[in-house]
Amino acid sequence: MNVVSRGFGGRRRDDPKLPPGQYLERGFPVLQAGPTPPVNTATWKFTITTETGDSTRWDWKQFTALPAEDITTDIHCVTQWSKLGTHWRGVSLDTLLDGIQTNAGYVMARSYGGYTTNVPLPDLRDGKAWIAYEYDGKRLPPEHGGPARLLVPHLYFWKSAKWVTGLDLMTHDKRGFWEELGYHDYGDPWREQRYQGD
Amino acid sequence: MARTAVPRRLNWLAATVKEAKDETATARTLILDVPGWPGHVAGQHVTVKLTAEDGYSTQRDYSIANAATAGAQDGDRLEITVQRLADGEVSPYLTGVAGPGDQFEVRGPIGGWFAWPGDDPRPLLLLAGGSGIAPLMSMIRTHDQVKSQVPVRLIYSVRTPADVIYADELSERERDSPLMVTNVYTRWWAGDPPPGSRTGRIDASVIAEAGFPPEWNPLIFACGPSGFVETASALLIGSGHPPFTIKTERFGPSS
Repeated sequence: MNVVSRGFGGRRRDDPKLPPGQYLERGFPVLQAGPTPPVNTATWKFTITTETGDSTRWDWKQFTALPAEDITTDIHCVTQWSKLGTHWRGVSLDTLLDGIQTNAGYVMARSYGGYTTNVPLPDLRDGKAWIAYEYDGKRLPPEHGGPARLLVPHLYFWKSAKWVTGLDLMTHDKRGFWEELGYHDYGDPWREQRYQGD
Repeated sequence: MARTAVPRRLNWLAATVKEAKDETATARTLILDVPGWPGHVAGQHVTVKLTAEDGYSTQRDYSIANAATAGAQDGDRLEITVQRLADGEVSPYLTGVAGPGDQFEVRGPIGGWFAWPGDDPRPLLLLAGGSGIAPLMSMIRTHDQVKSQVPVRLIYSVRTPADVIYADELSERERDSPLMVTNVYTRWWAGDPPPGSRTGRIDASVIAEAGFPPEWNPLIFACGPSGFVETASALLIGSGHPPFTIKTERFGPSS
Protein backbone atom coordinates (compact mmCIF):
# COMPACT_ATOMS: atom_id res chain seq x y z
CA MET A 1 0.00 0.00 0.00
CA ASN A 2 1.24 3.49 -0.69
CA VAL A 3 -0.76 6.12 1.13
CA VAL A 4 0.82 9.57 1.16
CA SER A 5 -0.31 11.96 3.89
CA ARG A 6 -0.91 15.33 2.28
CA GLY A 7 1.12 18.06 3.92
CA PHE A 8 3.26 15.75 6.05
CA GLY A 9 6.97 16.50 5.82
CA GLY A 10 8.39 14.83 8.88
CA ARG A 11 11.59 15.42 10.73
CA ARG A 12 13.87 13.15 8.75
CA ARG A 13 15.51 11.87 11.88
CA ASP A 14 16.84 9.00 9.82
CA ASP A 15 19.72 7.44 11.66
CA PRO A 16 21.44 4.19 10.69
CA LYS A 17 21.20 3.18 14.34
CA LEU A 18 17.40 3.36 14.25
CA PRO A 19 15.60 0.16 13.21
CA PRO A 20 12.68 0.51 10.76
CA GLY A 21 9.64 2.32 12.13
CA GLN A 22 11.47 3.61 15.24
CA TYR A 23 11.99 7.21 16.32
CA LEU A 24 14.64 8.68 18.57
CA GLU A 25 13.63 9.28 22.17
CA ARG A 26 15.72 11.27 24.63
CA GLY A 27 13.68 10.59 27.75
CA PHE A 28 13.15 7.09 29.12
CA PRO A 29 9.44 6.25 28.92
CA VAL A 30 8.02 3.64 31.28
CA LEU A 31 5.70 0.96 29.93
CA GLN A 32 4.22 -1.85 31.95
CA ALA A 33 0.91 -3.65 32.38
CA GLY A 34 0.32 -3.01 36.06
CA PRO A 35 1.61 -1.35 39.21
CA THR A 36 5.32 -1.37 40.01
CA PRO A 37 5.78 -4.29 42.45
CA PRO A 38 7.73 -3.59 45.63
CA VAL A 39 10.89 -5.70 45.53
CA ASN A 40 13.16 -5.74 48.54
CA THR A 41 16.79 -6.69 48.05
CA ALA A 42 16.75 -8.28 51.54
CA THR A 43 14.44 -11.00 50.24
CA TRP A 44 15.30 -10.82 46.52
CA LYS A 45 16.16 -14.11 44.84
CA PHE A 46 17.21 -14.97 41.33
CA THR A 47 16.80 -18.59 40.24
CA ILE A 48 17.71 -20.44 37.07
CA THR A 49 15.75 -23.70 36.75
CA THR A 50 16.66 -26.25 34.09
CA GLU A 51 14.29 -28.51 32.14
CA THR A 52 15.09 -31.32 34.61
CA GLY A 53 14.12 -29.16 37.58
CA ASP A 54 17.62 -28.46 38.86
CA SER A 55 17.84 -24.95 40.16
CA THR A 56 20.61 -22.51 40.94
CA ARG A 57 19.77 -19.58 43.17
CA TRP A 58 21.41 -16.33 44.17
CA ASP A 59 20.41 -13.85 46.84
CA TRP A 60 21.20 -10.15 46.41
CA LYS A 61 24.52 -10.34 48.21
CA GLN A 62 25.72 -13.36 46.24
CA PHE A 63 24.43 -11.85 43.00
CA THR A 64 26.11 -8.48 43.36
CA ALA A 65 29.37 -10.21 44.32
CA LEU A 66 29.51 -11.82 40.86
CA PRO A 67 31.75 -10.22 38.24
CA ALA A 68 29.80 -7.40 36.61
CA GLU A 69 30.16 -5.64 33.27
CA ASP A 70 29.50 -2.13 32.02
CA ILE A 71 27.24 -2.19 29.01
CA THR A 72 26.59 0.62 26.52
CA THR A 73 23.80 -0.25 24.15
CA ASP A 74 20.86 1.01 22.09
CA ILE A 75 17.38 -0.05 23.22
CA HIS A 76 14.25 -0.35 21.10
CA CYS A 77 10.69 -0.37 22.43
CA VAL A 78 7.87 -1.92 20.40
CA THR A 79 5.93 1.35 20.91
CA GLN A 80 8.34 2.88 18.36
CA TRP A 81 10.83 4.71 20.52
CA SER A 82 14.51 3.92 20.55
CA LYS A 83 17.11 5.26 22.90
CA LEU A 84 20.72 5.24 21.81
CA GLY A 85 23.87 4.68 23.85
CA THR A 86 22.27 3.79 27.19
CA HIS A 87 24.59 2.81 30.05
CA TRP A 88 24.00 -0.20 32.28
CA ARG A 89 25.88 -2.39 34.69
CA GLY A 90 25.02 -6.00 35.35
CA VAL A 91 25.99 -9.65 35.34
CA SER A 92 26.34 -11.40 31.99
CA LEU A 93 24.06 -14.38 31.42
CA ASP A 94 27.22 -16.21 30.31
CA THR A 95 28.45 -15.91 33.89
CA LEU A 96 25.12 -17.02 35.33
CA LEU A 97 24.66 -19.94 32.91
CA ASP A 98 28.26 -21.10 33.29
CA GLY A 99 28.27 -24.65 34.66
CA ILE A 100 24.53 -25.16 34.28
CA GLN A 101 23.88 -28.37 32.34
CA THR A 102 20.99 -28.04 29.93
CA ASN A 103 19.67 -29.17 26.57
CA ALA A 104 16.99 -26.46 26.56
CA GLY A 105 16.51 -24.21 23.56
CA TYR A 106 14.18 -21.65 25.16
CA VAL A 107 13.79 -19.60 28.28
CA MET A 108 10.83 -18.16 30.12
CA ALA A 109 11.86 -15.14 32.17
CA ARG A 110 9.71 -14.65 35.27
CA SER A 111 9.29 -11.44 37.24
CA TYR A 112 8.05 -10.26 40.59
CA GLY A 113 4.45 -9.20 39.93
CA GLY A 114 3.82 -12.16 37.60
CA TYR A 115 5.18 -10.89 34.26
CA THR A 116 6.69 -13.47 31.91
CA THR A 117 8.41 -13.33 28.53
CA ASN A 118 9.96 -16.01 26.32
CA VAL A 119 13.39 -15.81 24.66
CA PRO A 120 15.44 -18.45 22.82
CA LEU A 121 18.35 -19.55 25.03
CA PRO A 122 21.03 -18.80 22.38
CA ASP A 123 19.88 -15.14 22.49
CA LEU A 124 20.96 -14.95 26.12
CA ARG A 125 24.46 -16.34 25.49
CA ASP A 126 27.68 -15.01 23.99
CA GLY A 127 27.64 -11.54 25.47
CA LYS A 128 24.12 -10.67 24.31
CA ALA A 129 22.24 -10.50 27.61
CA TRP A 130 22.64 -9.45 31.23
CA ILE A 131 20.82 -9.15 34.51
CA ALA A 132 21.26 -5.40 35.00
CA TYR A 133 21.09 -3.61 38.35
CA GLU A 134 22.49 -0.17 37.51
CA TYR A 135 21.34 2.39 34.99
CA ASP A 136 23.41 5.47 34.20
CA GLY A 137 25.71 4.82 37.15
CA LYS A 138 22.89 4.59 39.71
CA ARG A 139 20.85 1.81 41.22
CA LEU A 140 18.17 0.77 38.75
CA PRO A 141 14.97 2.59 39.79
CA PRO A 142 11.84 0.47 40.47
CA GLU A 143 9.88 1.95 37.56
CA HIS A 144 12.63 0.82 35.19
CA GLY A 145 12.69 -2.68 36.65
CA GLY A 146 14.85 -2.31 39.75
CA PRO A 147 16.40 -3.81 41.69
CA ALA A 148 17.30 -5.97 38.67
CA ARG A 149 15.98 -6.58 35.19
CA LEU A 150 16.83 -8.76 32.25
CA LEU A 151 18.65 -6.82 29.53
CA VAL A 152 18.43 -8.33 26.03
CA PRO A 153 18.94 -5.18 23.95
CA HIS A 154 19.02 -6.84 20.52
CA LEU A 155 15.31 -7.69 20.93
CA TYR A 156 12.38 -5.31 21.50
CA PHE A 157 12.50 -4.10 25.06
CA TRP A 158 9.45 -5.99 26.39
CA LYS A 159 11.78 -9.03 26.30
CA SER A 160 14.03 -7.30 28.86
CA ALA A 161 11.80 -8.32 31.76
CA LYS A 162 11.66 -5.83 34.64
CA TRP A 163 11.90 -7.07 38.27
CA VAL A 164 13.22 -10.39 37.01
CA THR A 165 13.41 -13.18 39.58
CA GLY A 166 14.01 -16.27 37.52
CA LEU A 167 14.71 -17.97 34.24
CA ASP A 168 13.04 -21.29 33.44
CA LEU A 169 14.94 -23.21 30.78
CA MET A 170 12.56 -25.06 28.43
CA THR A 171 12.99 -27.64 25.68
CA HIS A 172 9.94 -26.22 23.83
CA ASP A 173 8.98 -22.61 23.32
CA LYS A 174 6.01 -21.24 25.26
CA ARG A 175 4.50 -17.77 25.08
CA GLY A 176 4.89 -15.19 27.83
CA PHE A 177 2.57 -12.37 28.88
CA TRP A 178 2.64 -10.06 25.84
CA GLU A 179 3.36 -12.89 23.40
CA GLU A 180 0.06 -14.55 24.39
CA LEU A 181 -1.64 -11.22 23.69
CA GLY A 182 -0.43 -11.13 20.10
CA TYR A 183 3.10 -9.76 20.36
CA HIS A 184 5.84 -11.49 18.40
CA ASP A 185 7.52 -14.61 19.80
CA TYR A 186 11.02 -13.38 18.88
CA GLY A 187 10.82 -9.59 18.49
CA ASP A 188 13.79 -8.57 16.32
CA PRO A 189 13.57 -4.77 15.87
CA TRP A 190 15.66 -4.87 12.68
CA ARG A 191 13.09 -7.17 11.08
CA GLU A 192 10.27 -5.15 12.69
CA GLN A 193 8.82 -8.22 14.40
CA ARG A 194 6.33 -6.38 16.58
CA TYR A 195 3.29 -8.66 16.44
CA GLN A 196 2.54 -12.30 15.64
CA GLY A 197 2.83 -12.78 11.90
CA ASP A 198 5.26 -9.88 11.32
CA MET B 1 -8.84 -12.41 34.01
CA ALA B 2 -10.37 -11.98 30.56
CA ARG B 3 -7.86 -11.60 27.79
CA THR B 4 -8.40 -10.73 24.19
CA ALA B 5 -5.78 -12.72 22.37
CA VAL B 6 -5.60 -11.86 18.71
CA PRO B 7 -2.57 -13.72 17.37
CA ARG B 8 -2.98 -12.97 13.69
CA ARG B 9 -1.25 -10.84 11.14
CA LEU B 10 -2.00 -7.15 11.59
CA ASN B 11 -2.13 -5.46 8.21
CA TRP B 12 -1.70 -1.79 7.37
CA LEU B 13 -5.02 -0.26 6.36
CA ALA B 14 -5.78 3.06 4.68
CA ALA B 15 -7.53 5.50 7.02
CA THR B 16 -9.41 8.54 5.72
CA VAL B 17 -10.19 11.47 7.99
CA LYS B 18 -13.95 12.02 8.02
CA GLU B 19 -14.06 14.69 10.67
CA ALA B 20 -11.65 16.63 12.87
CA LYS B 21 -12.96 17.97 16.14
CA ASP B 22 -11.06 20.24 18.52
CA GLU B 23 -11.46 19.03 22.11
CA THR B 24 -9.25 21.63 23.80
CA ALA B 25 -6.73 24.21 22.59
CA THR B 26 -4.18 21.44 22.13
CA ALA B 27 -6.15 18.21 21.69
CA ARG B 28 -8.05 17.13 18.62
CA THR B 29 -10.18 14.09 17.84
CA LEU B 30 -9.90 12.58 14.39
CA ILE B 31 -12.81 10.44 13.25
CA LEU B 32 -11.50 7.99 10.71
CA ASP B 33 -13.03 5.71 8.15
CA VAL B 34 -10.97 2.52 7.94
CA PRO B 35 -12.46 -0.02 5.52
CA GLY B 36 -11.57 -3.50 6.73
CA TRP B 37 -10.92 -2.44 10.34
CA PRO B 38 -11.19 -5.71 12.30
CA GLY B 39 -12.92 -4.04 15.26
CA HIS B 40 -11.54 -3.32 18.71
CA VAL B 41 -12.21 -3.77 22.38
CA ALA B 42 -12.36 -0.72 24.67
CA GLY B 43 -8.87 0.23 25.83
CA GLN B 44 -6.87 -1.01 22.86
CA HIS B 45 -4.60 1.15 20.74
CA VAL B 46 -3.62 1.61 17.11
CA THR B 47 -0.41 2.41 15.28
CA VAL B 48 -0.57 5.38 12.92
CA LYS B 49 1.90 5.63 10.04
CA LEU B 50 2.45 8.90 8.22
CA THR B 51 4.25 8.87 4.89
CA ALA B 52 5.68 11.96 3.19
CA GLU B 53 5.70 12.39 -0.57
CA ASP B 54 9.32 11.33 -0.82
CA GLY B 55 8.56 8.06 0.95
CA TYR B 56 9.84 8.99 4.42
CA SER B 57 7.53 7.51 7.01
CA THR B 58 7.17 7.42 10.78
CA GLN B 59 4.87 5.64 13.22
CA ARG B 60 3.24 6.39 16.58
CA ASP B 61 0.75 4.59 18.81
CA TYR B 62 -2.52 6.19 19.91
CA SER B 63 -5.28 4.92 22.14
CA ILE B 64 -8.61 4.32 20.48
CA ALA B 65 -11.33 6.59 21.85
CA ASN B 66 -14.57 5.36 20.31
CA ALA B 67 -16.69 2.53 21.72
CA ALA B 68 -15.76 -1.06 20.98
CA THR B 69 -16.61 -1.94 17.41
CA ALA B 70 -15.94 -5.67 17.42
CA GLY B 71 -19.08 -6.90 15.65
CA ALA B 72 -20.73 -3.45 15.64
CA GLN B 73 -22.65 -1.75 12.82
CA ASP B 74 -20.19 1.08 12.28
CA GLY B 75 -17.27 -1.34 12.34
CA ASP B 76 -15.07 0.74 10.03
CA ARG B 77 -15.10 3.76 12.34
CA LEU B 78 -12.09 4.62 14.40
CA GLU B 79 -11.52 7.66 16.62
CA ILE B 80 -8.28 8.86 18.12
CA THR B 81 -7.74 11.90 20.29
CA VAL B 82 -4.30 13.40 19.91
CA GLN B 83 -2.61 15.81 22.31
CA ARG B 84 -0.31 18.22 20.51
CA LEU B 85 3.28 18.26 21.73
CA ALA B 86 5.06 21.44 20.70
CA ASP B 87 8.25 19.69 19.58
CA GLY B 88 6.51 16.60 18.24
CA GLU B 89 6.90 15.19 14.77
CA VAL B 90 3.51 13.53 14.34
CA SER B 91 1.13 15.18 16.80
CA PRO B 92 1.38 18.67 15.23
CA TYR B 93 0.37 17.13 11.90
CA LEU B 94 -2.56 15.17 13.34
CA THR B 95 -3.82 18.10 15.43
CA GLY B 96 -3.09 20.93 13.02
CA VAL B 97 -2.82 19.82 9.41
CA ALA B 98 -4.86 16.66 8.81
CA GLY B 99 -8.42 17.43 7.76
CA PRO B 100 -11.36 15.72 6.10
CA GLY B 101 -10.27 13.62 3.14
CA ASP B 102 -6.65 13.31 4.23
CA GLN B 103 -5.21 9.84 4.51
CA PHE B 104 -2.67 7.85 6.44
CA GLU B 105 -2.22 4.24 7.43
CA VAL B 106 -3.21 2.43 10.61
CA ARG B 107 -2.52 -1.01 12.04
CA GLY B 108 -4.27 -2.68 14.93
CA PRO B 109 -5.98 -3.12 17.22
CA ILE B 110 -3.05 -3.65 19.57
CA GLY B 111 -3.01 -4.72 23.19
CA GLY B 112 -5.44 -7.00 24.95
CA TRP B 113 -4.50 -6.45 28.58
CA PHE B 114 -5.52 -2.84 29.13
CA ALA B 115 -8.95 -3.70 27.74
CA TRP B 116 -12.45 -3.74 29.17
CA PRO B 117 -14.78 -6.39 27.83
CA GLY B 118 -18.28 -4.92 28.13
CA ASP B 119 -19.61 -7.91 30.06
CA ASP B 120 -17.33 -7.68 33.10
CA PRO B 121 -19.60 -7.65 36.18
CA ARG B 122 -17.29 -5.65 38.46
CA PRO B 123 -17.68 -1.94 39.17
CA LEU B 124 -15.36 0.00 36.91
CA LEU B 125 -12.92 2.51 38.38
CA LEU B 126 -11.09 4.69 35.87
CA LEU B 127 -8.22 7.05 36.62
CA ALA B 128 -7.05 9.40 33.88
CA GLY B 129 -4.13 11.79 33.78
CA GLY B 130 -4.41 14.37 30.98
CA SER B 131 -4.90 12.80 27.55
CA GLY B 132 -4.86 9.40 29.28
CA ILE B 133 -8.62 9.87 29.24
CA ALA B 134 -8.86 8.59 25.63
CA PRO B 135 -8.90 4.78 26.17
CA LEU B 136 -11.02 5.27 29.31
CA MET B 137 -13.53 7.25 27.25
CA SER B 138 -13.74 4.23 24.95
CA MET B 139 -14.68 2.19 28.02
CA ILE B 140 -17.30 4.73 29.13
CA ARG B 141 -18.80 4.80 25.64
CA THR B 142 -18.73 1.02 25.42
CA HIS B 143 -20.41 0.78 28.81
CA ASP B 144 -23.26 2.82 27.36
CA GLN B 145 -23.30 0.96 24.06
CA VAL B 146 -23.67 -2.48 25.67
CA LYS B 147 -26.10 -1.10 28.30
CA SER B 148 -23.89 -2.31 31.12
CA GLN B 149 -25.38 -1.66 34.54
CA VAL B 150 -22.11 -1.75 36.51
CA PRO B 151 -21.34 1.54 38.25
CA VAL B 152 -18.48 3.55 36.72
CA ARG B 153 -16.39 6.18 38.46
CA LEU B 154 -13.86 8.35 36.72
CA ILE B 155 -11.16 10.31 38.52
CA TYR B 156 -9.69 12.71 35.97
CA SER B 157 -6.55 14.62 36.84
CA VAL B 158 -6.08 17.56 34.50
CA ARG B 159 -4.40 20.95 34.71
CA THR B 160 -7.38 23.31 34.40
CA PRO B 161 -11.05 23.07 33.38
CA ALA B 162 -10.00 24.26 29.91
CA ASP B 163 -7.85 21.14 29.54
CA VAL B 164 -10.73 18.71 30.11
CA ILE B 165 -11.18 16.59 27.00
CA TYR B 166 -14.74 15.40 26.24
CA ALA B 167 -16.05 17.86 28.86
CA ASP B 168 -19.61 18.20 27.50
CA GLU B 169 -20.02 14.54 26.75
CA LEU B 170 -18.81 13.55 30.21
CA SER B 171 -21.28 15.93 31.88
CA GLU B 172 -24.11 14.55 29.77
CA ARG B 173 -23.20 10.96 30.46
CA GLU B 174 -22.91 11.68 34.16
CA ARG B 175 -26.53 12.85 34.13
CA ASP B 176 -27.83 9.96 32.07
CA SER B 177 -25.88 6.87 33.15
CA PRO B 178 -24.39 5.19 36.25
CA LEU B 179 -21.24 7.31 35.86
CA MET B 180 -19.67 9.57 38.45
CA VAL B 181 -16.90 11.94 37.37
CA THR B 182 -14.51 13.72 39.69
CA ASN B 183 -12.17 16.16 38.01
CA VAL B 184 -9.00 16.99 39.93
CA TYR B 185 -7.45 20.26 38.75
CA THR B 186 -3.73 20.35 39.35
CA ARG B 187 -3.48 24.08 38.54
CA TRP B 188 -6.25 26.07 40.08
CA TRP B 189 -5.90 29.46 41.66
CA ALA B 190 -9.40 30.82 41.31
CA GLY B 191 -10.99 30.05 44.65
CA ASP B 192 -13.43 27.20 45.12
CA PRO B 193 -13.47 24.69 42.24
CA PRO B 194 -16.73 23.80 40.48
CA PRO B 195 -19.02 21.45 42.45
CA GLY B 196 -17.97 17.81 42.33
CA SER B 197 -14.38 18.61 41.45
CA ARG B 198 -11.20 18.88 43.49
CA THR B 199 -7.94 20.75 43.30
CA GLY B 200 -4.36 19.69 43.77
CA ARG B 201 -2.92 16.25 43.16
CA ILE B 202 -4.77 12.99 43.61
CA ASP B 203 -4.29 11.68 47.12
CA ALA B 204 -5.71 9.05 49.47
CA SER B 205 -8.80 11.14 50.25
CA VAL B 206 -9.66 11.54 46.55
CA ILE B 207 -9.26 7.77 46.05
CA ALA B 208 -11.46 7.11 49.11
CA GLU B 209 -14.19 9.60 48.23
CA ALA B 210 -14.29 9.44 44.45
CA GLY B 211 -13.37 5.76 43.96
CA PHE B 212 -14.92 2.52 45.16
CA PRO B 213 -14.03 0.81 48.43
CA PRO B 214 -11.92 -2.33 47.96
CA GLU B 215 -14.81 -4.46 49.28
CA TRP B 216 -16.70 -3.63 46.10
CA ASN B 217 -13.99 -5.48 44.19
CA PRO B 218 -13.74 -2.96 41.34
CA LEU B 219 -11.77 -3.52 38.16
CA ILE B 220 -9.38 -0.58 37.86
CA PHE B 221 -7.78 1.07 34.84
CA ALA B 222 -5.25 3.89 35.20
CA CYS B 223 -3.86 5.75 32.18
CA GLY B 224 -1.71 8.83 31.89
CA PRO B 225 1.85 10.05 32.24
CA SER B 226 4.10 7.65 34.12
CA GLY B 227 4.29 9.75 37.29
CA PHE B 228 0.50 9.96 37.50
CA VAL B 229 0.04 6.23 37.00
CA GLU B 230 2.77 5.43 39.52
CA THR B 231 1.14 7.69 42.14
CA ALA B 232 -2.38 6.43 41.42
CA SER B 233 -1.30 2.77 41.64
CA ALA B 234 0.52 3.31 44.94
CA LEU B 235 -2.50 5.12 46.42
CA LEU B 236 -4.87 2.39 45.27
CA ILE B 237 -2.70 -0.37 46.72
CA GLY B 238 -2.27 1.65 49.90
CA SER B 239 -6.03 1.89 50.29
CA GLY B 240 -6.43 -1.87 50.00
CA HIS B 241 -6.98 -2.59 46.31
CA PRO B 242 -5.11 -5.77 45.27
CA PRO B 243 -2.40 -5.05 42.66
CA PHE B 244 -3.83 -7.64 40.24
CA THR B 245 -7.07 -5.63 39.91
CA ILE B 246 -5.16 -2.60 38.59
CA LYS B 247 -4.31 -2.35 34.90
CA THR B 248 -2.10 0.46 33.72
CA GLU B 249 -1.16 2.19 30.52
CA ARG B 250 1.49 4.89 30.55
CA PHE B 251 2.81 7.17 27.96
CA GLY B 252 6.04 8.94 28.01
CA PRO B 253 6.39 11.66 25.48
CA SER B 254 4.97 10.29 22.22
CA SER B 255 6.02 13.06 19.95
